[in-house]
Amino acid sequence: MLLLALDTATPAVTVALHDGTSVIASSSQVDARRHGELLLPAVDRVLTEAGLKLDAVTGIVVGVGPGPYTGLRVGLMTADTFGLALGVPVHGVCTLDGLAYAADIEGPFVVATDARRKEVYWARYADRRTRLSEPAVDRPAEIDGTVTALPAVGAGALLYPDTFPDARAPENVSAAALASLAAEKLAAGEELEPPRPLYLRRPDAQVPKNYKVVTPK
Amino acid sequence: MADEPLVLGIETSCDETGVGIVRGTTLLADAIASSVDEHARFGGVVPEVASRAHLEAMVPTIDRALKEAGVTARDLDGIAVTAGPGLAGALLVGVSAAKAYAYALGKPLYGVNHLASHICVDQLEHGALPEPTMALLVSGGHSSLLLSTDITSDVRPMGATIDDAAGEAFDKIARVLNLGFPGGPVIDRYAKEGDPKAIAFPRGLTGPRDPAYDFSFSGLKTSVARWIEAKRAAGEDVPVRDVAASFQEAVVDVLTRKAVRACKDQGVDHLMIGGGVAANSRLRVLAQERCEAAGIRLRVPRPKLCTDNGAMVAALGAEMVARNRAASDWDLSADSSLPVTDPHVPGRGHAHTHDHVHEVAKENLYS
Ligand SMILES: [Zn+2]
Repeated sequence: MLLLALDTATPAVTVALHDGTSVIASSSQVDARRHGELLLPAVDRVLTEAGLKLDAVTGIVVGVGPGPYTGLRVGLMTADTFGLALGVPVHGVCTLDGLAYAADIEGPFVVATDARRKEVYWARYADRRTRLSEPAVDRPAEIDGTVTALPAVGAGALLYPDTFPDARAPENVSAAALASLAAEKLAAGEELEPPRPLYLRRPDAQVPKNYKVVTPK
Repeated sequence: MADEPLVLGIETSCDETGVGIVRGTTLLADAIASSVDEHARFGGVVPEVASRAHLEAMVPTIDRALKEAGVTARDLDGIAVTAGPGLAGALLVGVSAAKAYAYALGKPLYGVNHLASHICVDQLEHGALPEPTMALLVSGGHSSLLLSTDITSDVRPMGATIDDAAGEAFDKIARVLNLGFPGGPVIDRYAKEGDPKAIAFPRGLTGPRDPAYDFSFSGLKTSVARWIEAKRAAGEDVPVRDVAASFQEAVVDVLTRKAVRACKDQGVDHLMIGGGVAANSRLRVLAQERCEAAGIRLRVPRPKLCTDNGAMVAALGAEMVARNRAASDWDLSADSSLPVTDPHVPGRGHAHTHDHVHEVAKENLYS
């Protein structure tokens, strides 16, 4: 097994190679404005570091968000197209699950990432591998107090310490965690999700009002 | 010819997901998935809706193009993609796909200019582009007069709209007349049964002191809307066919007049017309008449090649390969305001660069 994992659903552009046993190379850069520019060179760097070519990869793992759409699509489109060109399966993993997997917490906790517009993407976890709620997008103050009082990881928690008093690292997802989680699930014979984006919001689009008169009154 | 470059082109600058395949100047495949129906109820293209549709449509559209062309991905000599100008988020989907595809296949990547592609597509219809060629590009997004002496390296802006694009004016007038979106085809249809001389609508920027090659359609649009409103206010029927014909005549009169004048002034004896509005039947007829009178050869590709498509990107990509232009780097970015003077985005270590004036673009890219 050789998995190439990538995620662009948070400000991090993160790539990792996993050989079924462990992560053999990885790269993470934080630059929310340059996902499109940074991803391919990062893939190239990680492969070079491992001394491998892309066609050795047997599966692609991609973070499906939720995350800011423009960046999120860079990872998904790249993963889909790799899958097409190489003829290998493309697996989706919820980005929040990747963050949860990297958390160093024993009991229940919450993962929250920055959804911009003063909102967070979040989900509740029983432990590092077990998500208890569907990913959601809300203003921090609108999330139930019993949830926000839990230990919390992710930039969305760190950004709103008033709401998440027990906010901790990691801030952004790492493809290494994503790859390890996916490898673990695949080894256990579990099906992963399809690589479909979790937008959670409808597109911003105003239906124009009725035709506006231009003749001056 | 088998030794001509085989190139796949990806276009996502607006609402069409286009994947085309060409060999040199021969069209092999032109696969399109359009999200136009999803935008219709908004009366215009919604960028986020377009971007989401591109992501979903890309892989099936690439597959369809390869089948249509009867080639395998391994045979390709290069992958070309629209790097700009266009909707930032939409462009980025295509650029991401093209980079991943080229990288995975081990092929060179060519980030090319959308406007230059609109010109180059005519090679698929009428053979090698004469040098120089004057190009009139008219669509919902652009209204430009461009002079190209070498489509891979030298495209000069002669004039452009100072307000609305020509296609936008068609959409707006169609909306005033309650004819739906997009407006171009439906106005063309009604106009065929109307009198183009029924109403004398203004011809923007045609005064002796106005810029010779620039366009303006905003005044015309307002004038047509007011005329219709006055009719409605007086309780009279609006003669939709005559309004459509007279409005359309005002647009194509200015477009063709200025294009022919630019050819004459610059001593260019070929005019090509591209972009969605090039499908307008009256524009084709009037351009033909005026070009013939002026001794200019007119080249207009078939309508499907005039609207946004992947074949035009492949056509320019093939020309880049044929002329040994430098490939793009793996960090190629989508540039929503890519200047028309950059026919492609070569990798670093090559002389040609442009000022990165896309601070605005970056904002809407990641907002
Ligand atoms: Zn166009």
